[in-house]
Amino acid sequence: MRNFSNTYIFIFSSVMVIIVAAILSTTAMLLQPIQQRNIEIEKKQFILASVNIESTGKNAESLYDKYITDSYVINSRGKRIEGVDAFSVNMADEIRKPYEERNLPIYIGTLDDGTKKYIVPLRGKGLWGPIYGYISFNNDFKTIFGATFDHDKETPGLGAEISTRAFQKDFKGKVIFDDTGNFTSILVVKGGAKPGSVNQVDAISGGTLTSKGLQAMLKDCLGSYVTYFKEQQNSVTHE
Amino acid sequence: MNKEREPLFSSKNLKLITDPLNSNNPITVQVLGICSALAITVKLKPAIVMAISVMVVLMVSNVVISALRKSIPPRIRIIVQLVVIASMVILVDQVLKAFAYDVSKQLSVFVGLIITNCILMGRLEAFAMGNKPWPSFLDAIGNASGYGVILIIVAFFRELLGSGTLFGYPVFQKIGLYNIGYENNGLMILPPMALITIGIIIWVQRAKNRALIEEK
Repeated sequence: MRNFSNTYIFIFSSVMVIIVAAILSTTAMLLQPIQQRNIEIEKKQFILASVNIESTGKNAESLYDKYITDSYVINSRGKRIEGVDAFSVNMADEIRKPYEERNLPIYIGTLDDGTKKYIVPLRGKGLWGPIYGYISFNNDFKTIFGATFDHDKETPGLGAEISTRAFQKDFKGKVIFDDTGNFTSILVVKGGAKPGSVNQVDAISGGTLTSKGLQAMLKDCLGSYVTYFKEQQNSVTHE
Repeated sequence: MNKEREPLFSSKNLKLITDPLNSNNPITVQVLGICSALAITVKLKPAIVMAISVMVVLMVSNVVISALRKSIPPRIRIIVQLVVIASMVILVDQVLKAFAYDVSKQLSVFVGLIITNCILMGRLEAFAMGNKPWPSFLDAIGNASGYGVILIIVAFFRELLGSGTLFGYPVFQKIGLYNIGYENNGLMILPPMALITIGIIIWVQRAKNRALIEEK
């Protein structure tokens, strides 16, 4: 076998590293716009799913433009924040801030029958990683119209079930305020929700910790909207 | 120098493709690449994308290493092999993220983990370092297919029995199996059943191919 000098080895490895770096960075730069677009399309699909509109990667953008008619950002005191684009708010950053400093996006979906739905993003911790989703409310600002959740690495068949329609459809019609107007959030109950209860859904058997994470996520994220929702409820009743 | 040029598909070269499919299969005989075979065989589509990704990575790396084999200093050959594999894997990952986003999400970390797939390093070290590019190319196709075939067989049974679908198409629902009381087997979705399925494949293969059975 040929003997290679140390100089040769150094030159060989330097040239190799430079070539590899050039190839990789060029590819990453060329493909980044397409990847970014995929992420945006996925987000739009999620938002649409929360008002029970199924979309594919191809028609998501046109459906989003058709049904999601408005979006804005509020703070936890219910005041509008101008100059912040709702779609570009990253919930992963927001949930680390205290309530008062959060930018809280709201999307408005106008369905075929003309009713308006108010969509709120969610983000929290599951068992193994982040869980997230969107939840939509009727214009009474307390009854859930639809919900969608997803996760990065929950256990398949157990915690990962939160991303299935079977789990999500339970949320429709639940109410996050009690009769006296106190915020109750939604309880994800192990062993099954009480029949007829308006703020409980069934937990996932075998996915207790994910279910608890989901419940905490709902309480945390919806909690920051309470002030705004209450104001809106009052303005609806006075109209 | 008067040695006759070997035809492109001589029987020796063809054996490079056919051997890994059966008597020298990387998964069932050499038992390499098991961890990815357990993890991404829940559904057929990711399994096929994974098989194709491994094939692309292995083909390019095998040819590159084989072409450079005389100029790679032996002292750093493992590092060079790793760099080639790692760059290919990153390229594949980037391309998947751009053009097959949903599949790339399902495969998640396992595309990145192709780097640690023992089949790749094994082929580079054992074959490409000592053979010309063309045989190395065939060797890559053979081994990647041998890996892919097992992946697809396992994924076929796991998706069919675990979720009752094939490529997401609800087969069992269409033929009305649920109406007569059939239930999906949730266990098939979990990794242990992949191991058992591979075990059954190894059993069947050995029952058919006596040469694989070890002497006591």
